[in-house]
Amino acid sequence: METLRPTDESQAIEAVGWACAGGHGLELVSGGTKRTLGSPGEAAARLDLSGLAGIALYEPEELVLTAGPGTALSEIAARLAQHGQALAFEPPDLGPLLGADEGRATLGGCIAANLSGPRRVKAGAARDHFLGVRAVSGRGALFKSGGRVVKNVTGYDLCKLLAGSWGTLAAMTEITVKVLPAAEKLRTVLVYGLDDEAGIAAMTRALGGPFEVSGAAHLPAGIAPLSGVGRVREPGTSVTALRIEGPEPSVLARTETLRALFADHAIDELHGHNSAAFWREVGDARFHAAAGEEIVWRLSVPPADGASVAGRIAGELEARAFYDWGGGLVWLALPRAPEDAGAGAVRRAVGPTGGRAPPPRAPAGARSRGPAARCAARSARPAATRRGSARRKTRGAACRRSTRNRPGWRR
Amino acid sequence: MKMPEPDAEVIARRADIARALGRIVPGEGVIDDDAALRAYESDGLTAYRQPPMIAVLPETVAQVSAILGYCHEEGIKVVPRGAGTSLSGGALPLADGILLGLGKFNRILDIDYANRCAVVQPGVANLAISQAVEAAGFYYAPDPSSQIACSIGGNVAENAGGVHCLKYGLTTNNLLGVELVLMDGEVVRIGGRHLDSAGYDLLGVITGSEGLLGVITEVTVRILPRPPSARAVLIGFPSAESAGDCVAGVIGAGIVPGGMEMMDNPAINAAEDFVSAGYPRDAAALLIVELDGPEVEVDHLVERVAGIAREFGATSIRVSEDEDERVNFWAGRKSAFPAVGRISPDYYCMDGTIPRRRLPEVLGRMAAMSEDFGLRVANVFHAGDGNLHPLILYDANNPGELEKAEAFGEAILRLCVEVGGVLTGEHGVGVEKRDLMGTMFSDEDLRQQQRLKCAFDPEQLLNPGKVFPILHRCAELGRVHIHGGQTRFPDIPRF
Repeated sequence: METLRPTDESQAIEAVGWACAGGHGLELVSGGTKRTLGSPGEAAARLDLSGLAGIALYEPEELVLTAGPGTALSEIAARLAQHGQALAFEPPDLGPLLGADEGRATLGGCIAANLSGPRRVKAGAARDHFLGVRAVSGRGALFKSGGRVVKNVTGYDLCKLLAGSWGTLAAMTEITVKVLPAAEKLRTVLVYGLDDEAGIAAMTRALGGPFEVSGAAHLPAGIAPLSGVGRVREPGTSVTALRIEGPEPSVLARTETLRALFADHAIDELHGHNSAAFWREVGDARFHAAAGEEIVWRLSVPPADGASVAGRIAGELEARAFYDWGGGLVWLALPRAPEDAGAGAVRRAVGPTGGRAPPPRAPAGARSRGPAARCAARSARPAATRRGSARRKTRGAACRRSTRNRPGWRR
Repeated sequence: MKMPEPDAEVIARRADIARALGRIVPGEGVIDDDAALRAYESDGLTAYRQPPMIAVLPETVAQVSAILGYCHEEGIKVVPRGAGTSLSGGALPLADGILLGLGKFNRILDIDYANRCAVVQPGVANLAISQAVEAAGFYYAPDPSSQIACSIGGNVAENAGGVHCLKYGLTTNNLLGVELVLMDGEVVRIGGRHLDSAGYDLLGVITGSEGLLGVITEVTVRILPRPPSARAVLIGFPSAESAGDCVAGVIGAGIVPGGMEMMDNPAINAAEDFVSAGYPRDAAALLIVELDGPEVEVDHLVERVAGIAREFGATSIRVSEDEDERVNFWAGRKSAFPAVGRISPDYYCMDGTIPRRRLPEVLGRMAAMSEDFGLRVANVFHAGDGNLHPLILYDANNPGELEKAEAFGEAILRLCVEVGGVLTGEHGVGVEKRDLMGTMFSDEDLRQQQRLKCAFDPEQLLNPGKVFPILHRCAELGRVHIHGGQTRFPDIPRF
């Protein structure tokens, strides 16, 4: 497959213009860490946006940052940390889970996949922090949406549409996000020995009380021993974890009241360093990373239904699950999945809750099969090539540029 | 304000249309009496008035679907309306259009504490949601000033904000799902009680779409545990610059207050005359900073904010000692609009957002414009998130003064865009800022937005004349070539 790797916006416009005029499908990638999710695309060429990298604007007192889609999240995190700030939606690094290297995930990929970490329950998703964009449409035309201020209702919120669109709608060339002060202090309350239902119930109590819990995860007894954090790994039982963040006096007070809520359980506490390590494991789903050939689903369900959904699937298939987002995110690994990658069982369990199951991580052979694997094509094909012959006749006119010459800079 | 040319053929069929709608909504749900229709002639933006051809007040989703299906079939325009509190003319009727009122959808359908959400009908008032969950220690966070009256469906349509946006987000950040009826009558559900959906984020696009994409018939919102305590700090400053610097200082120190509001001297005095909140009348600028959370956190942050304020030259600092005092501190700010209404026969409320640090410059240039236009202006400002609400004072009885106020408002919004901000922070584009969209967006930006409109409503029957300055026909949006310097489709209405 041919790869086009623009290094500035005008080259990106040229690349999509060429693809549109010639009717070539384009697969969009940046860091390329999530390529094992969903079906392998059927694109003729690859548009690699990793060359549009770098932080163009960062104003700590305005809580705003603008960067190219290819900018590494690790670079952004390091720059923000200099000013005591962070991306509050806690972008996960799914590289190791998905068979790619750690630390390569980019801002563009994270926004295009709308991936959020454990703080999703309190701070919102990636899409909630996505303020503005410059992008090239499938017609090869540059457009912008949103702005660089948090409060903005001018026109349709096309940023929301691009977040989670997996590169199927437009090629983003510049992304503006909201940043927030990082928490000054961090603690995690651990409750031991609860089964899945009781773990979900404990998280519901904590999230429904005045503790401002910023992370709520439940690791069943089969998962907790995979943690790198001693207090989670060693007891050999299930662990329900509740994170508290904020100014120091507040964190200490809330931790105490939260511990009191679970006084009749076996409990413990993680301090800053261990807490940070633990929540990285949860957000990055490291507990499922080791078993590289397993199908891994990421199910978004009503939080209170998390355990019953996982239980129902486990009734049909061998499954290992753990829960984030207070039960609302079920990370489900299927060691011996059937031909359909478990899609049927997943659909039967998730469907009645109204929840959603995006395509899973799957080994290459399994990715081209099954309805689940088919439902997220990652190629951004121009609208002109998507429909029947009537549309095709207008192809040249719909494209912004009519050149069929390949961009000379592609190598 | 130019609106799409009314279709005389449609108006001529008014009696037939009313009869057809009467078959869908029996009883008193169809209003075609001229006197009764006057009740719907404007929304919160009272400068523009136009009674609708017919108003219809359905009670069920099936009726909404049937009404839209009928109008779609017959090519009749539809303007949806919630509580009618829009400040941008989002619910301004059309002479040849149906006004679809959702006021009868006023029930709370389910409160689900385990999943921390509430399912309500669109006509439920914003504040009523918080009241319904109050006893269990929850609330609904977005709190527009009109929260007693404004409906949650309208909040979704306009992506409403409020004073607590900085910490808790706008409507779009607190919404889990909607049920929506499309212009052809199809009923669709988007989202639910789960957090993230696979596929395109249509919920995010519907929110703030100003009634141009569909009619909302059910809303699922997140509810949050109510913070155990809150205190407000009143801080007076000798200049807008020092107040602005203090805002930056608070945020730079890593503090995100529940609310951070600023008022200028004219607004301070108008509010003080009106409710005696104890504001410092001699201050050039006043900050109200509210901290919420556990008591120990609030006390800790109040101390830090007061320290920062002193650093930036505050001339007075008062901390609320009890709930009554906190509410009183807010009373002045929350009644700023009526307070200004007392010192001027009419006022025009603007709604731009700017990068915070440009505030002193923007206030300075607004003061100069005020002299040029010969109209006074009072400023209230969501300082935390840069959302300005200049109130232009005028007297509609003086010939030409409304037009002058509009020109002043337009100049302010152009200034907001010039300094890197946007036309509207929370009130919406509606008819009010429609013709200014070109100052912020290129033709291609607007075409891209209109393609979305075309995907939902290709005949452009839903709320036409709002948001977009040029009504491109959907068929023409696929082709963007200009031949020989001539614009294609010279007959397209350009407002």
